[in-house]
Amino acid sequence: MDQKTEKSNLIEGATGEWEVVIGMEVHAQVTSNAKLFSGASTEFGGEPNSHVSLVDAAMPGMLPVINEGCIAKAIRTGLGLKAQINLSSVFDRKNYFYPDLPQGYQISQYKNPIVGEGEVIVDLLGGERVVVGIERLHLEQDAGKSLHDQHPQYSFVDLNRSGVALMEIVSKPDLRSSDQAKAYVSKLRTIMRYLGTCDGNMEQGSLRADINVSVRRPGDPFGTRCEIKNVNSIRFIGQAIEHEARRQIDILEEGGTIVQETRLFDAKTGETRSMRSKEEAHDYRYFPDPDLLPLELTQGFVDGLAQNLPELPDAKRARFIADYGLSPYDADVLIIERESADYFEAVAKDRDAKQAANWVINELFGRLNKEGRDIVDSPVTADQLGSILDLIKAGTISGKIAKDVFDIVWTEGGDPKAIVEGRGLTQVTDMGAIEKAVDEVIAANPDKAEQAKTKPALAGWFVGQVMKVTGGKASPQAVNTLLKQKLGIE
Amino acid sequence: MTKLTDLTIAEAREGLRAKSFSARELAEAHIDAIDRANDALNAYVLKTPERALEMADASTARLKKGEGGALEGIPLGIKDLFCTKDVRTTACSHILDGFTPTYESTVTANLWAEGAVMLGKLNNDEFAMGSSNETSHYGPVVNPWRRKDSSVKLVPGGSSGGSSAAVAARLCMGATATDTGGSIRQPAAVTGTVGIKPTYGRCSRWGIVAFASSLDQAGPIARSVRDAAILLKVMASSDPKDTTSVDMKVPDYEAAVDRGVKGLTIGIPKEYRVPGMAPEIEKLWQQGVEWLKAAGANVKEVSLAHTKYALPSYYIVAPAEASSNLARYDGVRYGLREKGADVISMYENTRAAGFGAEVKRRILIGTYVLSAGYYDAYYLKAQKVRTLIKQDFDQAFETVDAILTPTTPGPAFALGEKSGDPVEMYLNDIFTVTVNMAGLPGMSIPAGLSSEGTPLGLQLIGCAFDEETLFRAGRVIEEAAGPVFKPQDWWSKR
Repeated sequence: MDQKTEKSNLIEGATGEWEVVIGMEVHAQVTSNAKLFSGASTEFGGEPNSHVSLVDAAMPGMLPVINEGCIAKAIRTGLGLKAQINLSSVFDRKNYFYPDLPQGYQISQYKNPIVGEGEVIVDLLGGERVVVGIERLHLEQDAGKSLHDQHPQYSFVDLNRSGVALMEIVSKPDLRSSDQAKAYVSKLRTIMRYLGTCDGNMEQGSLRADINVSVRRPGDPFGTRCEIKNVNSIRFIGQAIEHEARRQIDILEEGGTIVQETRLFDAKTGETRSMRSKEEAHDYRYFPDPDLLPLELTQGFVDGLAQNLPELPDAKRARFIADYGLSPYDADVLIIERESADYFEAVAKDRDAKQAANWVINELFGRLNKEGRDIVDSPVTADQLGSILDLIKAGTISGKIAKDVFDIVWTEGGDPKAIVEGRGLTQVTDMGAIEKAVDEVIAANPDKAEQAKTKPALAGWFVGQVMKVTGGKASPQAVNTLLKQKLGIE
Repeated sequence: MTKLTDLTIAEAREGLRAKSFSARELAEAHIDAIDRANDALNAYVLKTPERALEMADASTARLKKGEGGALEGIPLGIKDLFCTKDVRTTACSHILDGFTPTYESTVTANLWAEGAVMLGKLNNDEFAMGSSNETSHYGPVVNPWRRKDSSVKLVPGGSSGGSSAAVAARLCMGATATDTGGSIRQPAAVTGTVGIKPTYGRCSRWGIVAFASSLDQAGPIARSVRDAAILLKVMASSDPKDTTSVDMKVPDYEAAVDRGVKGLTIGIPKEYRVPGMAPEIEKLWQQGVEWLKAAGANVKEVSLAHTKYALPSYYIVAPAEASSNLARYDGVRYGLREKGADVISMYENTRAAGFGAEVKRRILIGTYVLSAGYYDAYYLKAQKVRTLIKQDFDQAFETVDAILTPTTPGPAFALGEKSGDPVEMYLNDIFTVTVNMAGLPGMSIPAGLSSEGTPLGLQLIGCAFDEETLFRAGRVIEEAAGPVFKPQDWWSKR
């Protein structure tokens, strides 16, 4: 067991405990209107072969031209991963035949990637923290797509994705559980969304992971690994690792050995199955692409990009904890999306930050999740939520009424203050009126009033009754104080 | 009056402007010559007479208005390696059967923009792999030159054999060609024509079917140094679509032609004096030295120490790149497709049927040298040799302005004479490949006749982007060698 492993991450086998070791290669599509080496559109969901240039289709005599915007995004991502930016990098050809690979090679970076070593801090919501080493980030072209279900005899090829820019982010084997792996990919996605370098949309294939999994007895050297290719959701990443680790443990416990191979995850069964063995692995015959000169960057170009980085998730998290006094959990939840963090900060400005965080996380996120909506199209704006909190603070409405007002704003829109006034939701603070209501309720329930003297918990029941009588508008504090007095509860 | 087909480009340019003849007449004269010659020479794989006449008429219209570009109305042949919009382009390979590009290569687009007229597509070795034009899917080209008192068919050199033969036989006024290891200069040498491979990066490679990307370079073959200068000026350009093309102004090469060599220093590389060099080649080389000296140049010996490693290294680098460049010819999207039970057998059947023996040989060599475990020993080593070759030249050019060598080890050989032995064939490029490995400009100028009465050429090698010095020195050699480079017409049908 090394420092990365907490006892709780170990997997119980029939013959004792096992540790799973995970490294990941995440393929993130660069947010860009044009492809890595051609001007064709990268828009998702076009008619098959509608976004294909002569270069993407590998017509004779066509040459790649580097998209500078994609280079800048790769560097931004590298900076976000606190990684070494290599001022000199090389594009290589990875040679293999496949119908959806028109050139017969993929342009990638092999020995000299644009980004070197870095790290990602991953905070799990349970409080566990892992620092994951980044081995490298390199740029490469995506392939097209083979369609095998369109014709009984033929496969069809759609080249819309052919040539789209991908960043392959390779981690060190620093992950020790499926939860860590899931959190790592989530964190990468958060960082790239902050940077605007990858939209992280897994349904559209903007983010996919190859997962290297091995198991060992705690303290032993690394075991033989298997690579699970192309897993395209965070949930599936968890399932694939769980299944693969269990599969390997079962083999080892039965006295078998793990064969190094490439495996596929089947989302239907939740299992992994063999795709090809090490012996069947391609010899990719990498060599520098002679159509592209080595990529030489100036330090000034990199510095310019570094100066324009936004505040990154780790810094934001630390600031939320330090400046707003939030719990690490609340900070973690709020920073996942840059837009959520911005929303929170707009609500928290000049207000009680903890209260703002509670409202954003519980009321707003709860409602958004329930309705499957995104923060950017929340029906309640930060200003509207802010003025609801202001009304609570001013004592104009109670917390309970505030929730009603939130619901009204959500469904109907409008200015919370006007809604409260217009609908008579203003909290009753007139002590005479409240006292009258308290007296009425006590008079109507003499038995319970008697019991309350010995069972103070019954006070809650009385509060509810008074609120009912006052239509929920009575100030809860006032009701409480009066009830305690009149019922003789200390 | 001189036959229209015998005019140089410079002469035709004057005649057209003076309206001594029309662009249509000039085109028709060439179309007629091609029609009568092609059965015997096989220089053209595709004739485009309608297009030629249409372009010629457009030239006439522009000339009438006093407009017109640098090549207005000049009929040219285009090597089949250049993609031409709506005109079949196959690189003379079966695998590109029927392929008709929807786009025009940058080099040919530059020519048409200056008013040149396309006569058709010229034969070449399949994918430019060969030194005799015998590997073409459309059959070999026959050299218009014959040995004295012989009717043995000779090769026109390669890979630009259609270009060299067509220019020598007056089937076009000039031709585009490409040179990866000598494919412009060697055919020019054995057909008595002028060929220049400019510096790597001078001409855009966009739209030229790739053989070996780091070595391929386009250039012209013409009948005079001046014509070559006129053509190269138009062909060359910096092209944002080819990031290996250089962002530099293209000089007025024609202006350099008559500047002479007075005060220039010409280097003679001692390593090119290979053992067993034919005495007539040795003599020709010495003659070239004397001519340049007589014109006022200084001559000194230089050393290009790594010359002997150039050819073996070339035959690692070029096939390696070719093996990858030719992977796209897989039967999936265009060209030939041979059916198969599954995709792998479709690939295998298509590539087995589509590629000729020499192309297959080079794909196999290239695949081998890039394979895991062999990469360092072959490809990486060859690239290191390449660096050393470049350094040799850099050193030499510290003290000389250009280098003079023979272009080829001998004159044109007979069809079939060397096609059985690939290594013997590869040795044809022994004096030319170093220039490609170093990315430098090289030019072949007709300089004399062999004992068999066939042409021999001398090669001038220049500093990077200094083609002008080559035109200056080339013109001196051309002038000294005299106007003897016209083959006897035996090929035209009456």
